[in-house]
Amino acid sequence: MKISVQNLTKPFGAFTALNDINLEVRSGELLALLGPSGCGKTTLLRILSGLEFADTGHILFDGEDATTQNVRARKVGFVFQHYALFRHMTVFENIAFGLRVRRTGRPSRRDIHARVEELLKLVKLETLASRFPSQLSGGQRQRVALARALAVEPRVLLLDEPFGALDAKVRQELRRWLRRLHDEVHITSVFVTHDQEEALEVADRVVVMNKGQIEQVGTPEEVYHHPASPFVCDFLGNVNLFECRIHYGQAYVHDVPFELHNAPPQDAQHAYVYVRPHQLDIQRELGGPNSLPASVRLVNTAGAQVDVELLTEWGQIVHARISHDRHRAVRPQVGQTLFIATKEMKVFHA
Amino acid sequence: MKIGWKRWSVLPGFGLAMGYTLTYLSLLVLIPLAGTFLKSATLTWPEFWETITSPRALASYRVTFGTSLVAALLNAVSGLLVAWVLTRYRFFGRRFVDALVDLPFALPTAVAGIALTAIYAPTGWVGKLVPFKVAFTPLGITIALVFIGVPFVVRTVQPVLEDIEPELEQVAASLGANRWQTFTRVVMPAVWPAVLTGFALSFARAVGEYGSVIFIAGNMPMRTEITPLLIVTQLEQYNYAGATSLAVAMLVVSFGMLLTINALQWWGTRRHLA
Repeated sequence: MKISVQNLTKPFGAFTALNDINLEVRSGELLALLGPSGCGKTTLLRILSGLEFADTGHILFDGEDATTQNVRARKVGFVFQHYALFRHMTVFENIAFGLRVRRTGRPSRRDIHARVEELLKLVKLETLASRFPSQLSGGQRQRVALARALAVEPRVLLLDEPFGALDAKVRQELRRWLRRLHDEVHITSVFVTHDQEEALEVADRVVVMNKGQIEQVGTPEEVYHHPASPFVCDFLGNVNLFECRIHYGQAYVHDVPFELHNAPPQDAQHAYVYVRPHQLDIQRELGGPNSLPASVRLVNTAGAQVDVELLTEWGQIVHARISHDRHRAVRPQVGQTLFIATKEMKVFHA
Repeated sequence: MKIGWKRWSVLPGFGLAMGYTLTYLSLLVLIPLAGTFLKSATLTWPEFWETITSPRALASYRVTFGTSLVAALLNAVSGLLVAWVLTRYRFFGRRFVDALVDLPFALPTAVAGIALTAIYAPTGWVGKLVPFKVAFTPLGITIALVFIGVPFVVRTVQPVLEDIEPELEQVAASLGANRWQTFTRVVMPAVWPAVLTGFALSFARAVGEYGSVIFIAGNMPMRTEITPLLIVTQLEQYNYAGATSLAVAMLVVSFGMLLTINALQWWGTRRHLA
């Protein structure tokens, strides 16, 4: 099912949680709402679900106006960060709840049983049907919550920080599992997260939000490699920020000329060069333009790549991430002065 | 790790705390109760049996336990409603109402009894309006017991209701449950152990209540005489053994009922709080 959000605005007193939001959720996609806390992503999700309502604007479900429908009428599945399982019911009863409370067209006992069994298989909890939520781990609880939401065959699945309460390893497992599940079920899904890694790994498309507004919408590749704003660039992973001025298509960072690979922006006295740590290289000799002298402060080799922290002549800390091969070739030592070279960069005006 | 018969614990002072608890409970509860049993034991079995099964005593048990049970049931329902209103709605004067709930705890029971009698007597404000007699009947006793028992239910249910996450109700709604289904299938199972506790406390208090009841009851033997009053009457006649025998009978019945309620509660909660 397709969802259209049109000119949505939601103030909370003097604070504007959402400001003129326009968004299309495509049928069958897995969309991530990504942003720092307080950016309005959860409010947007709750308004999509009908748990909260906007002051102005419209929400269309497949072209039909759903703006004033409540959560029951919208037939959406909602998964909470803290699971919200019914503690006094077994896993089986939790999943069956939505089918049992149905007033019209309630399935027979046998059909309910079959449907729940099918869902238990889908979330890989067949053996735990008679357990109570208190006897499950966090990851298992969230899978029960998901199965419970899917039981009523919702038109959309909405997930509010679904992996937020889990520890790092379970979180990674579960989000990969969610991706595979979505590939099987193909239900239009929107999930909220503040974890950019999670959004980039799982979602078909990512909506980056900040201060009640949408900064950029795009595939993970688009938002990561072609950020539309300094905020997006900064939020999606670590970034080094150099103050510069731009003159005749060339950027000057403390009088060191930088060649701009992408379309050179207009001249400006104040601009910023954004370079991700992996877009930096370390060299022993000055290598033409885009090369800054800096002294090595820290080297951390424990990881898939080597993290090097350097200090420029003007006292700015720069993070570089290089391969182990490169590390072996350059052999940076703490205290040594080396040269930072940028391979790629992104320039935004101040 | 075991040290002697104690299990190792991060909290110090297990011996001291346990000793204090046992001494305290013995002095305050066990010794006086044991005294009651010992005093009643000065009677022979037939005498004892005759005292506690005399028609007047039996009638008083019926009045005491009957009205207490009805009052506790009424309190369980209305107390839940009051707690619900206080936790779920924000309205002007909520804090005032909240404080009002505790008043029956603080008020001298005699004052409550006199006030209720004045209102419900055939010439009182309310007594005049209703076509039947309220004061000096079991109905009047029940009203007094409802009055003194309602805070028990409200104060046990309120924190439990406050603890129920709004998410539970929201998720039930998203799964298609209407308000009534959400209440009966999601909210009630969570609060009913607390309601039961409140019911038990309210019932226990009502069984032992004396001060407020004697004013509104009329105290007619066989009809509106409660067991605590019968005990006091025996004491006034210096029949200490008779008074303690009645006390023992009451104690055993009350204890049995509270034990049953606790067992019910244990059975209801143990399954999902594993």
